[in-house]
Amino acid sequence: MAVPSPPLDHPVPPPTEAAPARERRHPWVAYLARRLLRFVLSMALLITATFGMVHVIPGDPVRAALGVTASPELVAARTHELGLDLPVWQQYARYVAGVFGGDLGSSMVSGLPVAQTIADRLPYTVMLALVAFAVVMITAVPLGMAAAAWTRGSRGRAAELLFTGASGLLAVVPEFLLAVAMIVVFAVTWELLPVANVSGSVTPSYYVLPTLALAVGPAAALARIVRVEALAVLSSDYMRTARAKRLPARLLYLRHALPNLLTGALTIGGLLISGLVAGSVLVENVFVWPGLGSALVDAIKAKDFPVVQGVVLVYGSAVLLVNLAVDVALGRLDPRSTIKED
Amino acid sequence: MRGLKNPLGIAALVSLVFLLFMVVLGPILWGEEAVRTDTMALTQGVSAAHPMGTDGLGRDVLARVMAASRSSVGLALLATAVAVAGGLLLGALPAVLGRRAAGLLNGFVSLVVAFPGLLIALVLAVVLGSGGRSAAFAIGLASVPAFARLTQTLAASVAGRDFVAAARVLGVGRARMLFRHILPNIGEPLIVQATLGAGGALLAFAALSFLGLGVQAPDYDWGLLLNEGLNRVYVNPAAALAPGIAVVLAGLAFNILGEYAAQVFGGRDTIARAEGRSARPVPGDALIVRDLRVSFGPAVPVKGVSFTVAPGERVGLVGESGSGKSLTALAVAGLVEPPGVVTGTIEAGETAMVFQDPMTSLNPALRVGTQIAEVATTHQRLSRRDAARRAVARLADVHIGAPARVAGQYPHELSGGMRQRAMIAMGLMGAPRLIVADEPTTALDVTVQKQILDLLREASTTSGAAVLLISHDLAVVAQLCSRVLVMYAGVIVEDLTTERLVAGPAHPYTRALLASVPDMSADRSLPLATIHGRMPSPAEPVTGCPFAPRCPRADERCLTAMPPFTSASGGGGVACWHPVRETGGGPVTRPDEEAPDEEDPMRRTR
Repeated sequence: MAVPSPPLDHPVPPPTEAAPARERRHPWVAYLARRLLRFVLSMALLITATFGMVHVIPGDPVRAALGVTASPELVAARTHELGLDLPVWQQYARYVAGVFGGDLGSSMVSGLPVAQTIADRLPYTVMLALVAFAVVMITAVPLGMAAAAWTRGSRGRAAELLFTGASGLLAVVPEFLLAVAMIVVFAVTWELLPVANVSGSVTPSYYVLPTLALAVGPAAALARIVRVEALAVLSSDYMRTARAKRLPARLLYLRHALPNLLTGALTIGGLLISGLVAGSVLVENVFVWPGLGSALVDAIKAKDFPVVQGVVLVYGSAVLLVNLAVDVALGRLDPRSTIKED
Repeated sequence: MRGLKNPLGIAALVSLVFLLFMVVLGPILWGEEAVRTDTMALTQGVSAAHPMGTDGLGRDVLARVMAASRSSVGLALLATAVAVAGGLLLGALPAVLGRRAAGLLNGFVSLVVAFPGLLIALVLAVVLGSGGRSAAFAIGLASVPAFARLTQTLAASVAGRDFVAAARVLGVGRARMLFRHILPNIGEPLIVQATLGAGGALLAFAALSFLGLGVQAPDYDWGLLLNEGLNRVYVNPAAALAPGIAVVLAGLAFNILGEYAAQVFGGRDTIARAEGRSARPVPGDALIVRDLRVSFGPAVPVKGVSFTVAPGERVGLVGESGSGKSLTALAVAGLVEPPGVVTGTIEAGETAMVFQDPMTSLNPALRVGTQIAEVATTHQRLSRRDAARRAVARLADVHIGAPARVAGQYPHELSGGMRQRAMIAMGLMGAPRLIVADEPTTALDVTVQKQILDLLREASTTSGAAVLLISHDLAVVAQLCSRVLVMYAGVIVEDLTTERLVAGPAHPYTRALLASVPDMSADRSLPLATIHGRMPSPAEPVTGCPFAPRCPRADERCLTAMPPFTSASGGGGVACWHPVRETGGGPVTRPDEEAPDEEDPMRRTR
């Protein structure tokens, strides 16, 4: 970990500077290696699970997908086409090779390549999740900190009750119920915002309701956690030191408290992203959003297994990548977390 | 009924009654109406006959929502049962299995737990097929990893405890260990999690049914009703809202029950500390404290303390835990936080604080140099560069080798002694007239202790700052200070020079404190001298001398009247009716016994 030297013009003895820097890099590399290994193992598990999924379904998956009216010849042909008549290990090898080659098979229903479906729909889901995540982080951290500053000690009992009550309620209301309530209020009753666009083009106003529905719950949950963290940070010994230095509130909160909060907020934020991914499946279905979530649900209903496999792979690897990124960011942000490691 | 006195207990009771009512009576009261079709009232809006409107077959939406309670809650409970059973099995197995198998299982659980539960539930719904029961299994199985992880963590924490170690030594078998010793001890947190988990399962189930992957028509639950309602949201919004509200209420009820269970099983602690008043700089003495009181509601840990510290003087404030010495120090630095209330007068010049635990007193996220320099950039309006230069100089002053490098390091890269030096360097950035050091050496080992004390002495000599050293350790105080204030139960009972302290103090408490310090000549075959009894708590009203119940010299008067603090002719003083005089020292002048109590500032106790 390269630590940029502070703005000190005191002469620095180079030999003593270089040695600890090398020592410090070592645990960082080991930490990265452990995290990467974990990622690879998780990916292997994900690929195996999506492969195995089709094989543990009771009955004939092809028959289930094509329906009872399909002729035995058609079922046999499709089974052969999908390679489901091969020995399992050969199927697995083909599947893994396909995943790495970008060939995820084709839909049993439409016949379109699964990779094509994903490429068409992924951008919409990613945009939705990114905007929602940004909204969560931008609102939750300042809200939580402000609530902590107001309710520290035994001050602001009413404010505390209001904050914990409101955020607690918002945090337990699931996103799809919030989405329905928002539709009723903003789209049906007040006719302020659009819900779904059948024509296909998605303008910014279409983002408002889905992102809000997706972001409000996690933002409330995160704000609660930030408040509790902030209370702990604000009552810590080093904050007492900072107050003993009679620093202005701005420095107190932004320089001394915020960095110690960010690691916690980021960890929880990272966990919230997996929640956002799952929540987006529901929200997309409520708002008929042309993303992966609605594709997944349609595919499950139609028993279109290649599509289900592909979409689950995308969702799963997205979650794993986010977790990896959070861990790496944590290692950089919190100089201690590279040392204390499970 | 202890639980009914707190709002959460009442809310939990209401939630329980609500859930039971809906589940037991919902289908009985509304079951018939819920399936009665009415072709005359298809897809109607809100009306008197149908408070939430009707659905596509003219069935009453409200009745359907009420009747759906049992299936919705019941399936959620089924899912929770699956989750808890599976989680217990998977989580407790490692405790029974061999080391290698346990490691593999733990690794597997930690990989699976990274995936969102809903995604796993969706995949499982594909495998298990749609329908209420299979959806319940899908949701339950999807939460197995989370419960397994919880069980593992809890079991591991229990496995580390003494009684499990003892059982292991006795040769208790693994399975027996699991069922007799580990599982019963993790039951309570598991029940809490299961209750909260039931709320989660309820929401997940509604989600799955809403997507059309859970309960299938003609059966219905809240999720499916929500789906139907949303399809006709422009005709009758109430039909979409009603099942949603039911889901939220039931989810909340589970959450409240879980919170209450958590409160009953595990105590909650609240953090309380806050901010205080700024000290005012004054010429003359480095510190003047007059009738200082610190109260927390009915508790008054500091009950009227008065003393002065001369410029450059090094004064020790000693006493056992709870005597109010640390709160006095915090009050002097203006760092007592609400709900603490500080009254009295404190006149102090620029004050620097050195705290007890150098491991936690520095901000872990900021470089040492930044933390030291910011005193100068904010208070002395120094440029960043000048402040950084001064910070390095101060680090050199406190004998830190390679100060420029240390300035660029984070606190965790420094040893405890180095951090305490950095804290002192921070205090020396300004021009302090007083350094308040609250147990600065308690967290350090003995050799480092001496270095820090030497450093404090040096800092005080070179900067001319007075030192107020708070300590429970008479030896530490004797090393650094020329004068000692002894505190007991929130009041100063004796003020004496270090020489007098060694030669023989006047107050029986100071003598007892001194006798409890072992020295090299102490007979190690005898038990350590202790002071019998305990100090009155800050909330107890005390009439008379607070030390009287523990004092060998106490008589009737000691128990009824607080002795006034009387100054000795040669400086210092004592608050005692029967001070020890035999061991040399100047005579202690005592006012008449008839001295009016009301005039005595030390008497006023709440």
